[in-house]
Amino acid sequence: MATANPTMFQASDLNQHNERVQRRYRLLFGLMTLLLITPVLLILGTLVVKGGAAISWEFLLTAPTDGMRTGGLFPALLGTIWLVTVALLLSVPIGIFAAIYLSEYAGDNWFTRTINLAIINLAGVPSIVHALFGLGAFVLFFKFGTSILAASLTLAVMTMPVVIVATRESLQAVPQAFREACWNMGATRWQTIRRVVLPNSITGILTGVILEVSRTAGETAPIMFTGAVFFTPFLPQSVFDQTMALSLHLFVAATQVPEIAEQVPFGIALVLIALVLTMNSVSIAFRMWLRGKKKW
Amino acid sequence: MGTTTQALRNRATDARMAEDFDRRDPDWYVDKLLAGIVFVCGISAILFVLGIFFFVTKEGIGFVFEKMDFREFFLTPYWSPSDAEDPEYGILALMAGTASVTGLAMLVAVPFSLGAAIFIAEFASGKTREVLKVLVELLAAIPSVVWGFIGLVIMNPLLIKWFDIPVGLCVLNAGIILGLMAAPIMTSIAEDALKAVPDRYREAAEAMGATRWQVIYKVVLPAAKNGLLGGVLLGVGRGFGETMAVLMATGHAVNIPDSIFDSVRALTATIAAELGEAVVGGEHYQVLFTIGIFLFLVTFIINLSADLIVRGIRKG
Repeated sequence: MATANPTMFQASDLNQHNERVQRRYRLLFGLMTLLLITPVLLILGTLVVKGGAAISWEFLLTAPTDGMRTGGLFPALLGTIWLVTVALLLSVPIGIFAAIYLSEYAGDNWFTRTINLAIINLAGVPSIVHALFGLGAFVLFFKFGTSILAASLTLAVMTMPVVIVATRESLQAVPQAFREACWNMGATRWQTIRRVVLPNSITGILTGVILEVSRTAGETAPIMFTGAVFFTPFLPQSVFDQTMALSLHLFVAATQVPEIAEQVPFGIALVLIALVLTMNSVSIAFRMWLRGKKKW
Repeated sequence: MGTTTQALRNRATDARMAEDFDRRDPDWYVDKLLAGIVFVCGISAILFVLGIFFFVTKEGIGFVFEKMDFREFFLTPYWSPSDAEDPEYGILALMAGTASVTGLAMLVAVPFSLGAAIFIAEFASGKTREVLKVLVELLAAIPSVVWGFIGLVIMNPLLIKWFDIPVGLCVLNAGIILGLMAAPIMTSIAEDALKAVPDRYREAAEAMGATRWQVIYKVVLPAAKNGLLGGVLLGVGRGFGETMAVLMATGHAVNIPDSIFDSVRALTATIAAELGEAVVGGEHYQVLFTIGIFLFLVTFIINLSADLIVRGIRKG
């Protein structure tokens, strides 16, 4: 009488072998991931521990003293806020309009591909070349001098791809049927964009804007010769003034100031990193919340 | 007579109707205006790239045409721009510095970021994957000046202690820093490339009895090959153009390195360090802009090839 082979549902030697190999590879790649992430986390931990000692209200709210060897970083923090604000005022509108063009108007042709290539290049050109461009164009040619305006324009050109890419993605996530319904009601293209497409993607666009704040705040090379200075006793009053900036301040404190108290550059680094990572986390949290409540 | 008036009246009605039909309300003009504005912003990226090339060239071209000797510029390692009598502008050593640091960084970053991307995309699932993805994204956001600072104050003493060398600011230091910096970006590009491989490929392979690793090795990796290569190229471009981190971690000594413990100096860092002291319009200033032109062209080529390679998968 034919009975079911009792070993039929047991793993064969081959199965077991495959299972072992499989586990081994999983472990290998898991370890590689860990090896990549752990040192960075250790380094960040060191920054937090050493920099934490320097952080106080006084550190955040006073100016450097004693030839920058002691004191706080307030002028640099304020300068970074100026630079980022002006840069965003310039790059966000242009970036959003550019993304609207790419998502709502442009066809799939060589011209659009050229624009996309230009965006990739804008993001890929070395930051120091952006600095040369800012110096040649904004400081010298347009005669803005070394000023917040020139530095912010340079930053705006450099970080615009961040807004464009994020905005384009969230515009394209709006279903085509929404647009078609609106067109059929007799709305113009712009009315459709203004009343239907933008309201349905505004949170996604905001994610990109926050990401750009973080990118802009961390850049150093592009502002070195266009508007940020090593030290100035004055706080900026208008966009035509020079200013200190957090990122450059870290470079200066780490390399140009002899006998600086050790915790000062650590403190600056910690403030800068906290600023950048907070912005990024907000942007990521925003995106996840968005994904959770998506209606279509 | 009667027919003529009739015809005239008809013509008048026609005209009025046509006018009625063609009445353009403000919305029509708003639409046209906005279409124009949107188009101008749309092509702004092209204008900016051309602008960058134009203005950097404009400042540097004087040297290229008048004094530059291409052989001396690219093939001699002597860089002494501030020598008043006989300044020398050879960027060979600077190129060697950039190449050695970028090369070492890729040696560190490529295997690990490919491994991490494979783990995140193919092995990890649920919470683990979410956490890893967020972590990688946050690591990619750390500003380069902070990386430079880490190289200067954390890696430097560590390397001196571990390898018993006099100075820890060297190819090794900058290579590790740059590798750690480029790895998160390469990981997320590589992960995107792996995700872009359709699930039905994996399902088909698994249905044939392939194990997960066989699926990855024989199916997913070959299918994602171009995307991965594009990611690596973008990483190379990023390392090549990195400024602040290499300025602070290489030791900034003009030198063709013999070993990974030698200090070097990179092209980008040279501009960053010397532009402030160069006289606007002077020879030194123009030479620095000439290096800028060179950097622009090289990154342009790298980005273009990355784009073409990635586009290759979409067609094939």
